[in-house]
Amino acid sequence: MSRDDLLRKISALDFYIIDLGLYLNTHPNDKEALTKYNESVRQVNSLKKEFTQSYGMLLANSSESRHPWQWIEGPWPWQKSFNFELKEDMD
Amino acid sequence: MWVYDKKLEYPIKIRKPDPRMAKLIITQYGGPDGELAASLRYLSQRFTMITPQAKATLNDIGTEELAHLEMIGTMVKQLTRGASYDEIKNSGLDAYYVDHDRGIYPVSASGVPFTAAYIQSKGDPRTDLYEDMAAEQKARSTYEYLINMADDPDVIEPLRFLREREIVHFQRFGESLRYVQEFLDSKKYSFPSPKKS
Repeated sequence: MSRDDLLRKISALDFYIIDLGLYLNTHPNDKEALTKYNESVRQVNSLKKEFTQSYGMLLANSSESRHPWQWIEGPWPWQKSFNFELKEDMD
Repeated sequence: MWVYDKKLEYPIKIRKPDPRMAKLIITQYGGPDGELAASLRYLSQRFTMITPQAKATLNDIGTEELAHLEMIGTMVKQLTRGASYDEIKNSGLDAYYVDHDRGIYPVSASGVPFTAAYIQSKGDPRTDLYEDMAAEQKARSTYEYLINMADDPDVIEPLRFLREREIVHFQRFGESLRYVQEFLDSKKYSFPSPKKS
């Protein structure tokens, strides 16, 4: 998968996880939301592994680096070139 | 502690510089109803919050607000990148420019530097949650006013995303307040206890 496609999928899932997490904080007994949360975490973890293997580090101090130290590689998230185009058909 | 996630919560790719819009959007960086005030407010209040639900809500929304602060800084950066001196002069960003060039500095749209006086941390969990609900509404209004002032979809889309988050946060704080009220009612005393005279 291309870097942008992968990052788009990861961003969408991470956002879903943030929102479900906030919901679960005040609805801790909702089994359906909890199942969706757990499934999404599993899914995004495998996508993140794929991303870091091909395109660089994402979460600080949680993946190994090639030589030389990869964390300093740009672009950074505030740069236009880091970000992907939004698409209607996000799944 | 926190760990940096090397991506934005929502992508920002602004193709056309617009220093006029940058001068307005900076208010959500360092203004009275901005994201810096929001994150400081919630992350400070959580230390005296009660009930598991409300503690988690303050902690996690306070954290999400830091991601929103990053989005706002990113928008201002991209809106000023490549703007000419003439564009800066004509847009009204010139006063900001002479103090900060294109640096990102926490001020309101009218140029008032950030102050902790924008937030409260009262020690009373009910009082704090009422403040938080009001804060989310004020931020929602600000995003609506910003959207009214914008015409570029590259700018409007992230502003709409941020506006929607204010609505979700308001909802979660309201639910947290209910947990806190129920807990305090079940204890049959008021919290903090009024001083006996």
